[in-house]
Amino acid sequence: MTGKSLIRFENVSKRFGSFIAVDDVSLDIGEGEFFTLLGPSGCGKTTLLRMLAGLETPTEGRILIDGVDVTDVPPNRRPVNMVFQSYAVFPHLSVADNVAYGLKIDKVAKAERDERVAEALRLVKLEDFAARKPDQLSGGQRQRVALARALVKRPRVLLLDEPLSALDAKLREAMRGELAAIQDAVGVTFVMVTHDQDEALAMASRCALMNRGQLQQVAAPGDLYEYPANRFVADFIGTINMVEGTLGLDEPDQAAVTSEALDCPVWVNHGVTGAPGTPVWVGIRPEKIAMTPIDQPRPAGPEEMPAANVTQGVIVRSAYLGASTLYEVEIATGIVLKVAQANGDRDAGQGLPAGSSVWLSWAPKAPVVLLG
Amino acid sequence: MVGPMNGDWRRERLAFLSVITAPAAWIVLFFVIPLGVIWAYSFGRTLNLTEVAVTGTLDNYARVLDPVYLMIFAKSLVFAGVTTAICLLVGFPYALVMTFATPRGKIWLLLGIMLPFWTNLLVRTYALMAVMRTEGWINDAVGLVGLGPFEMLHTNFAVIVGLVYVHLPFIVLPLYSTLDRLDRSLLEASLDLGAGHIRTILQVVVPIARPGILSAVMLCFIPALGSYLTPDLLGGPDSQMIASVIERQFKRANDWPFGAALSFMLMYLTLAAMAVRALQDRRKGAIA
Repeated sequence: MTGKSLIRFENVSKRFGSFIAVDDVSLDIGEGEFFTLLGPSGCGKTTLLRMLAGLETPTEGRILIDGVDVTDVPPNRRPVNMVFQSYAVFPHLSVADNVAYGLKIDKVAKAERDERVAEALRLVKLEDFAARKPDQLSGGQRQRVALARALVKRPRVLLLDEPLSALDAKLREAMRGELAAIQDAVGVTFVMVTHDQDEALAMASRCALMNRGQLQQVAAPGDLYEYPANRFVADFIGTINMVEGTLGLDEPDQAAVTSEALDCPVWVNHGVTGAPGTPVWVGIRPEKIAMTPIDQPRPAGPEEMPAANVTQGVIVRSAYLGASTLYEVEIATGIVLKVAQANGDRDAGQGLPAGSSVWLSWAPKAPVVLLG
Repeated sequence: MVGPMNGDWRRERLAFLSVITAPAAWIVLFFVIPLGVIWAYSFGRTLNLTEVAVTGTLDNYARVLDPVYLMIFAKSLVFAGVTTAICLLVGFPYALVMTFATPRGKIWLLLGIMLPFWTNLLVRTYALMAVMRTEGWINDAVGLVGLGPFEMLHTNFAVIVGLVYVHLPFIVLPLYSTLDRLDRSLLEASLDLGAGHIRTILQVVVPIARPGILSAVMLCFIPALGSYLTPDLLGGPDSQMIASVIERQFKRANDWPFGAALSFMLMYLTLAAMAVRALQDRRKGAIA
C-alpha cells in the first residue's frame, strides 16, 4: 500500500454461532485506493464489508477509519456509504428523492441539496431521469441511482457489494470502466466486494483474496496473478497447471524441482527458501508454455540445466477461445497440461489438430514454486 | 404466448369441471341463493308470522334512513374505526417486532397472537367480563392501592377493549406477512444513509408497506363493523351496534324485510369502502 492508511482492520473476527465468517483479519486500506475483496462465496468478504459499514459488529478486534475506532459506531454515524448488491433503491421515491434522502437527513439546505443532487445525477449520467420512479428504470440505471445516492453524501469510503453481478455481460464491461472513471472524478476510497476475479483484477489498485474467513494474499492484481503466495491463490486466480514435486537445488535466485508428474526437471529463476528434499508445488500458467510441432528441433533448455523445462506430448483436445486457443496436451507421465496459444493472425485459429505430437517448453521465469 | 399449463387446463375441460363443480354448487346453494333471498326480502313486506311478500317496495330502505338507525350506523362506524385505529397502533409494532425476532421468538410471538384466536369467542368474552366487572380482577388490583372501583363493564370502553381483543389477530397477521416480505437491504440502506431507526420506519417501512397496511386495516375494520356478540355482552344500553339491531328484526320484531334492508345497508357500506380502496390502488398504479 502506498499513501496513508484510511481504514484499518485490527485482528477482526466475526462468528455467527459456531461458524467463523471472518477469522483474525488485519488489513490496511489506503486513502484513494480502489480496493477489492475477492474470494469464493462464503469466504467472509461480504461480512468484512458489512462490518466496515456498521451493519455487522465484529466479535473480536477493532476497525478504525481515519484513526478513529468505529467498531461500535452505528451505521448511520459512519463516514461510509454503501451500494447494495440489490441496489436497495427506495421504490416509493423518485430518482431525485432517492439521491436527496441522505442529504435531507443531514439537514442540508434545499438550495445546496438540489445542487448536489443534480451534480450526483450528472456524475452517473442520470440527469434526465430525476423525476422517474425506480420501477421505470433498468437494472443498470437503478444501480446508478444507488451509486449517486451514496456518493452525494461525500463519504470517506464508498462500499460496493457485488455491484456488477446483476448486470448483463456487455453492461458489466462498460460499468467497470465507468466505476473507475467515477472514482477518478470524486477521489473517494472505494472498497468493492466481488467473486468475479476478472472484475477484481481489472478494476482494483489492490486486491485482497480471502478463503474460509482468512486473508490469503493482499497485493496488486498483477502480483496476485504472477506471484501467488500459496496454492489457493494460484489456483483461484486464472488457470494454472499445478504439479507436486521435490525441491532439489535451491539458491537465492535459482532453484530446481523434480516431479514425478513431469518427465523433465523444472528450473526456475527464483529462490524458494526450503531445504533440498522439501515437498513443493510447481505451477505454470497455460500461456507461459510454448508449443511447437514435434518435427521441429527440440527447444533449448536453460543454460544451467539443458534437460529442464522441455517435454513432449500429444494434443488430446483443443478449445478455440477467440483471442487464444486452449490445448490439452497429454505427456508421457499421463498427466494433461493446459497450453494456451495466442491467435496472432487469422490463420492461427486452425491450430494443430488433436493427435499431433508437440514439444512443450517454458522459460525459467515462467513457473512459480510454492511451499504450501 | 399462452403457457403450456394454461393450454392444458383449458383443453382438459373435464378435469376443470370435476374440480370446480362441488365448490361452485356449494357457493350457489348456501351463499348466493340465501343472500339473494334476503336481498329480495329487503324489497318486501311482512304478511303474517311466516310469510313475506316481495313487492319491490323501498319502504324498508326509507326506514333505514331514520335518524335512530343512522345514529346506530354512525356509532358502529365509530366503534369499528376506533377499534381499527387501536389495533393498528398496537399491531404494527407487534408485527414489526415479530418480523425482526429470531425464528424461536417468532413462534412465541405468533402463539401470543394466535392462542386467544383459537379460544371460543364466547369464552373469551366472558373472561373479559370477569376481568372488567366491578368486583373483577382489575378493580381488585387497583383496590389494593386504594383506587376504584371503576365501572368498566357495560360501557363503551368495555366494548372497545373487547373489539380490540377480538380483532388484533386480523390486523397483526396480514401486517406481519407484509413486513416480512420487505427487502431488508432497504432498511439497511436507510441506516447507511444516516437515518435512525424511527425515521427508517416512518419514511421507508410505512410508505413501502402501505398497500399491505391498508389491506390489514380493511381486514380488521370490516368484521369489527359487523360485531354482534362483543357489544351485546360487554356494552351498556348506549353501546348498541348495528348487528344487534339486525338480530332484533329477525327474531323479536319478526320484521325480516327491515332486517334484510339493514343487513344490506351494512353490506353496501362495506362494498363502498372496498371500492374506494380499489380505486385508490388503480390511481396509484396509473401514476407509478
